[in-house]
Amino acid sequence: MSNIAVLPILIPLVAGIITIFFHKKIKAVRFFAKLVTLLNLGVAVWIGYYVIQNGTVVLETGDWVAPYGIVMVADRLAIFLVITTNIIATACVFFAQHSLSLKQEQFYFYTFYFLLITGVSGAFLTGDLFNLFVFYEVLLMASYGLVILGGERVQLRESLKYVLLNLFSSMLFVTTVAFLYSVVGTINMAQIAQRVQEVEQTGILTTIGIVLFFVFATKGAIFPLYFWLPKSYIVPNTVVSALFGALLTKVGIYSILRTFTLMFTNDTGVTHELFIWLAALSMLFGVIGALSTNNIKLIIAYNIIPAVGFMLMGIGLLNDAGISGSVYYLIHDMIIKAALFLMVGALAYLAGTSDLTKMKGMIHHYPLLGWMFFIGSLVLAGIPPFSGFIGKLLLLRGGIEEERFVIVVIGLLTSLLILLSMMRIFMRGFWGEKPDIKVQPKQARKLMMPAVFLLTLSIILGIGAEWFYPHVDTITTELLDQGSYIDSVLKE
Amino acid sequence: MRTNDLIFRTTTSLIAFILLGFSFYLLLAGHNAPGGGFIGGLMTAAAILLMYMAYGFEAIRKIIPVNFKMVIPTGLFIAVLTGIGSFVFDQPFLSQTYGHFHLPILGDVELATAMIFDLGVYLTVVGVTLTIMLTIANDS
Repeated sequence: MSNIAVLPILIPLVAGIITIFFHKKIKAVRFFAKLVTLLNLGVAVWIGYYVIQNGTVVLETGDWVAPYGIVMVADRLAIFLVITTNIIATACVFFAQHSLSLKQEQFYFYTFYFLLITGVSGAFLTGDLFNLFVFYEVLLMASYGLVILGGERVQLRESLKYVLLNLFSSMLFVTTVAFLYSVVGTINMAQIAQRVQEVEQTGILTTIGIVLFFVFATKGAIFPLYFWLPKSYIVPNTVVSALFGALLTKVGIYSILRTFTLMFTNDTGVTHELFIWLAALSMLFGVIGALSTNNIKLIIAYNIIPAVGFMLMGIGLLNDAGISGSVYYLIHDMIIKAALFLMVGALAYLAGTSDLTKMKGMIHHYPLLGWMFFIGSLVLAGIPPFSGFIGKLLLLRGGIEEERFVIVVIGLLTSLLILLSMMRIFMRGFWGEKPDIKVQPKQARKLMMPAVFLLTLSIILGIGAEWFYPHVDTITTELLDQGSYIDSVLKE
Repeated sequence: MRTNDLIFRTTTSLIAFILLGFSFYLLLAGHNAPGGGFIGGLMTAAAILLMYMAYGFEAIRKIIPVNFKMVIPTGLFIAVLTGIGSFVFDQPFLSQTYGHFHLPILGDVELATAMIFDLGVYLTVVGVTLTIMLTIANDS
């Protein structure tokens, strides 16, 4: 039964390989991709149900016992994130054919898409630090393919930065893993955690922890390492932006969450203190970026950074409310970011421009899109009763419990500014005189359906918080009790 | 601008076969001795590349009428399938097994499922290397 832990990685991998064989027969590929994505979502939900019923599933690949072999660990946090990943993948695969050109679709889009899902799911499920690096590489390789899809001049310029930076941080990552191995003699995450506790995290381990944090911070776009993100996320096609915005930075945050609740928890005065300040700076600089531009895609891309800041704040606080806030916010943010990217993509397509100064009165032609965008903005800013509110409430409560009033004030201020940045799109893009443009109601409906799906889920996540919160609470308990993770992997 | 490459061609026809034979040996030995699909694949790719250099693009394409781009997914697929095989026998993912078989001529031979995985790696490496090389070569 332990084999089920690898299914969310295996299904997209096999699908990605199969799509190479008939990549030119685009109708067949589209159908196949949708079918497999739905299947994968179903399997992920089923594994989630199994994990809730029976506890963490640990797969020791090739029958090599942990810590000697490579393990896959499907605990609640990992599997919930895998389910969320697959929900976003489903929305994106239904959006893809309306947004990509035929040539782009035929140029292995679906292969790269499946490999991206493989890498993201793998990063969530692995219980081995070197394997985490490997899955990072898988998802990065796929993302390199996706970011240059289309091959426009501006794309190549921005993707060069993206590739160089990620190559550098991957190099740093593997070096850090080597350092860590030389100190603790293992790369199994559970055993690292155990040994770090045994030696009470001496100075060198804290140093390694901080280097590791900077690796993840580069992927997660935390201040001061976010400069590459906004532009390289808006140059590819909308569907690619949505996948990147929703998934890639969150893998970085998940890695920080896992590493700094499991392994490096003994010297919080240095590490977690640093996180709180970087979180505050990420929030401020991110939201200033969002207010500084008139490009609607860029506004959404900049809004990734304060969201990352919020999640990092919870990890830095390292108390019950803080961690559950981070976990809730992580799941919430994945869904709403994907929805918003798809919505602005649709808006930019329908308006024919992504420049706010050239856009007006879109609500006259597309009322549904307008109101969806309005609700999406409220969700993102954290207005009750939507899901952003629950996450932020927990985070702020965590901050007040630790008497960190500065970060709480910055958090509240940032939320207001996020709302302002989103409302600028709503007021300038949707309000105003009826514009004189070609109306495409049929195309609009197709473009909006995936976003409707995601937004509905996001609303359910907020209004139905009573159903989800117990799970988030269990995840928090599991995360804060390192013993439970170590025991389930090493079986002592 | 074809230069006189008689020595190069003669040596290639000799060396290429030694390279191919040795790379195949490495592939077969790889699962429990030095070698493996990766270096076996690299060596095969080197041998084929040498033949391309000596005899020109068109000639070799007639001799080896393979689309190397399609070799990549074939290899990946074989490698993944050996992993999936463990699902059928209810073993942990990527488990391997081996057995002794009596084959005609060769006698008692040890065959391992890890070799099929290596074959997948081998094909992928050959495919990737030659796709990259030939793409660069045809670019001008």
